[in-house]
Amino acid sequence: MLKPKAVLAALVSLLLFIFAGTAFADYQLNLPQPAAPLPQQIYDLHMLTTQIATIIMIVIIAVVVFAIFKFRKSKNYDADQNFHESAFGTWSWILVPIIVLAIDLTIAGSASDALHQIEDYSKKSDVTIKVIGSQWKWTYEYMDDDIRVVSNMLSEEEAGDDYLRAVDNPLVLPVNKRIRLLHTATDVIHAWWVPEIAYKKDAIPGYINETWTNITKEGTYRGQCAEICGTGHAYMPIVVEAVSQEKYEAWKAEKKLAMANALAEASADKTWTKDELMSKGEVIYNTNCAACHQVAGEGVPGVFPALAGSKIAIGDKAGHIDIVLNGTAGTAMSAWGTQLNDLEMAAVITYERNAWGNNTNDTVQPADIKSARK
Amino acid sequence: MNAVIHEEHHHEGPPTGYKRWLYSTNHKDIGTMYLIFALVMLFLGGGMAMLIRAELYMPGLQIINPDLYNNLVTDHALIMVFGLVMPAAAGMANWMIPMMIGAPDMALPRMNNMSFWLLPAAAILLVLSLVVQFIPGTGVPVNTGWTLYPPLSVQVGLGMDLLIFSVHLLGISSIMASINIVTTILNMRAPGMPMMKMPLFVWSWFFTGLLLIIIMPVLAGGVTMLLFDRHFGTSFFDAAGGGDPVLFQHLFWFFGHPEVYVLLLPSIGVLGLVIPTFARKPLFGYKPLVYFMGFLFALGLVVWAHHQYTIGMSLGVTMYFMIGTILISIPVGLMIFNFIFTMWRGSMTFETPMLFAIAIILMFSFAGVTGVMLAVVPADLQYHDSYFVVAHFHYALIPGAVFGLYAGVFYWLPKWTGHMYDEKLGKIFFWWTTLSFNLTFFPQHFSGLAGMPRRIIDYNIQYIEFNQISSIGAFAFGLSHLLFLYIIIKTVKGGEKAPDKPWEGSQIGTPGLEWTLPSPPPFHSFSTPPEIK
Repeated sequence: MLKPKAVLAALVSLLLFIFAGTAFADYQLNLPQPAAPLPQQIYDLHMLTTQIATIIMIVIIAVVVFAIFKFRKSKNYDADQNFHESAFGTWSWILVPIIVLAIDLTIAGSASDALHQIEDYSKKSDVTIKVIGSQWKWTYEYMDDDIRVVSNMLSEEEAGDDYLRAVDNPLVLPVNKRIRLLHTATDVIHAWWVPEIAYKKDAIPGYINETWTNITKEGTYRGQCAEICGTGHAYMPIVVEAVSQEKYEAWKAEKKLAMANALAEASADKTWTKDELMSKGEVIYNTNCAACHQVAGEGVPGVFPALAGSKIAIGDKAGHIDIVLNGTAGTAMSAWGTQLNDLEMAAVITYERNAWGNNTNDTVQPADIKSARK
Repeated sequence: MNAVIHEEHHHEGPPTGYKRWLYSTNHKDIGTMYLIFALVMLFLGGGMAMLIRAELYMPGLQIINPDLYNNLVTDHALIMVFGLVMPAAAGMANWMIPMMIGAPDMALPRMNNMSFWLLPAAAILLVLSLVVQFIPGTGVPVNTGWTLYPPLSVQVGLGMDLLIFSVHLLGISSIMASINIVTTILNMRAPGMPMMKMPLFVWSWFFTGLLLIIIMPVLAGGVTMLLFDRHFGTSFFDAAGGGDPVLFQHLFWFFGHPEVYVLLLPSIGVLGLVIPTFARKPLFGYKPLVYFMGFLFALGLVVWAHHQYTIGMSLGVTMYFMIGTILISIPVGLMIFNFIFTMWRGSMTFETPMLFAIAIILMFSFAGVTGVMLAVVPADLQYHDSYFVVAHFHYALIPGAVFGLYAGVFYWLPKWTGHMYDEKLGKIFFWWTTLSFNLTFFPQHFSGLAGMPRRIIDYNIQYIEFNQISSIGAFAFGLSHLLFLYIIIKTVKGGEKAPDKPWEGSQIGTPGLEWTLPSPPPFHSFSTPPEIK
C-alpha cells in the first residue's frame, strides 16, 4: 500500500523539478509578445482562457485530492450507498451544465468579438501582399507595386542561431499601415504563420485566403510554415522586416531599380559566354534547386532525381529546357518558367548541363528560352 | 445467480491447435486475439515514437531523413489509432460485453472472426506502405501526416496506395465489429437486464459502435476518391480540374473528429466500472451519464470543422463550429463531475486500476481545458498545427483512451486469466508511466506557444530544452511498457489464484454479470440465460 504522504512528497518534488528547470531561465513559455492589434487581442483572449483553465484545474485537483484523503477505506470511511440517490445525486446533473455553460458563454463572448475583428475586411488596405507558398519557399508579390520577392531559407552557416528561422529575402512591410495578406499556394497546402504579427491562414492551391494586420512596432519577426507540405516542411521559414514608411519607400525604389536592371539585362539580345552563365547559374541553382536536387546534383535517391549524369541534363537541350520551364505534373518539380526570367533560366540550365561532370559543353542563351516559351 | 453456469458437461472444450484461433467464433478467444494484436501494435507504434523523439532530441538531422520522419509521424498515428486503441477496445468489448449482459456469445460469431482476421491483413499493408520506400522507383514515401491531405497525398508514391487499401480493410473490420457489438447489445441481453441497467462500459460501446457505423464509410469514400484522383484522372480534390482540396478535409474530419470519441468512449466506460468498484458504492448519476454520452455522441458528429479553422470558412460557419465545439465541455464536464462524486463518500482503496482512473480524471480534465482553449477560433489561429496541439491531443488520447485501456487490463486480468496480477509491479508501472507521460507532453505546450510547428524534423535551437525534456520523458515512457508486458506475461503464466470477485468482492456498485462467473470463466459463459434479481 502506497502511503499518501509519500505520494504527496513525490508530486511536490516533481513540481519543484519542473519549476527549477524552467522558472529561472528565460525560456519562452507563452505566446510571443504581439506587435499588432489583432494578435494582441488574441493574446488577451489566450490569457483569459488560460486563467479559466488554470482555475478549473485547481478546483478539480483540490476536490479529487480531498476525496482521496478523506474517503478511503484505510481510514475506515464507510461508503455511503445511497449518496447517488440523495437530492444532490438526483439533481446535480442540472448543476454542471449550468456552470459549464456560463463559463463557455463567457469565453465565447470574448472570442466572438475577436473573431468579428479578424473577419472585418471592410476597411481599405494600404498595402496588399500576395503570399504564395510553394515547395519549399515563400514568394511575396506586392500587388500595388509590381515587386516580387522570393524568400528562401538560409543555410546553417549563413543563419547561425536563427537557422530554420532565417531567409535570404525577407518580406519588408511598413509599420502602422493596414496590410492585406492574400494567401495561396502553387503545389500543396502551406500555412503562413508569424505569431507576433499575423495568425495562421492556410495557403491552398486554387484558393485565395485573406488576413489583415497592422504592425505597430518596427522589428524583425520570424515564423515557419505550419502545414505539413512534404519533405522540406521544416525548411520553409518566414521573416518579416517591419520598417518605417520612409525606409519602406526607399526599399521599394531600390527593389524596383534592381528588378528593372535585371529585366533589361535579361531581355538584351546579348549572347552570354559560358563562364558568365555558369557563375550566374550556380547562384540560382543553389538558392532554388539545391533544396531537392542537392548542391552536388546527386538528388535524394528514390525521392528527388539526381541531375549529375541524368538523361535529361546531358541529353537533348530542348527536353531539358521544357522540364525546367513547365515542371513535371504530379511531382514536386514546379514550373520555373513563371518564377525565373529568360536569363536566369538560361544560366541555371547551362549550369546544370556543365556542372558535376555533366560536361556537355552546351550553353543555353536567353533567346533559346524566349523561343521555348512560345 | 450462480446456479445456471455449472451445466457445462454437454459442451465440448475449446478446439486445439491453430484451428482454435484461426476458425474461432468464441468471443473470448477473439477478444484475446484482439488484445494481443493491440499489444503488438503498441510496441510497433511506440517504437516509431521512440525513433521520432530520438531524432528530435537534438536539432539537426541525426538518425533519419525528412521523408522517413514524416512517414513515421503518419504511421505512428495510424497504428496507435487503428492498431492499438480500437482493437484493444474491441477486444475488451468482445470479452466483456457478452459476459456483462448475460449473452452466450456475440450475436454474429462468424462475422466476429472475419472482423478480427482483417486486421492483421490491414496491418501488413500498413507496414508495407512504410517499407516500400526502400525499394527504388516507388516514389515519395507517405509524408502527409495521418490526415492524408491532398494535394500532398497525390504526390506520394506507391506507399499511399498501400495505405489507402489498408484503411479500407481497417474500415470494413471496424464496421463489422461495430454492427456485431450493437446487435449483441440490442438483442442478446439476459431477461431482466433492460438497457438502462446495462453497465456503463456496454453503453459506451453502444455509442461507439453507432459512431463507427456512421463515420467509417465517409473515410472510406474520401480515401477512395483520393485513389481515383491519383490514378484514374478524376479531380475531386484538384482545383485545377474543378475540384476542391478542402473537400477532402471535410470528409476526413467528419470521420476524424467522431473518431476521437470512438477512442475515448470505451475508456470512459471502463472508468464507469473501475471507480464504483474501488469506491465500493454505485456510480453517481448513472442516468445522466448515459444521456450525456448520447449527447456527446450527437454533438461529436457535427463539430468536425474545428480541425480546419484556418482553411478560410465564412464568419457564420466558423461561429457555429466554435460554439458547437465549446459545448462539448458540457457532457465531458458532467462525466468528470460524476466520476469525482462517485469517489465522494466512498470507501476507496487504490489498486492499480483505481490509480489509473484517478490519474485519468485529472489528466483528461487538463486535456479538456486545453481543448476549450483550442476551440476558441481566434486563439486557435495561433495554436493550430503547433506543438500545443500535439500536447493537447496526447493528453486527450493517452490518459483518455490508452490509460483507460490499461485500467481495463488491470481490472479484468484476474477475470481473464484466473490469476491476480502483481499489485506492486502494477503500481510501479502506474507511477512510472504517469510521471514519464507528463514529463514528455507537458513541456510541449510551451514549445508550441513559443512557435514550434508540429511535424518538423528539425527545429531552431531556441526549442532545444523542451525537446530534450520531452525526449527523455518519452524514452522512460516507452521503457515502462516493457514492464507492462512483463506483468501481463507473468499474470497469464501464473500467480495467486483470483477469486470470482477479486478485491474482496468490492464490485457492489457494478451491475454487470461478469462477476457471477468464475475466474477464468468457462469457454462458453452462459448456456442458459442467467436470471437477474
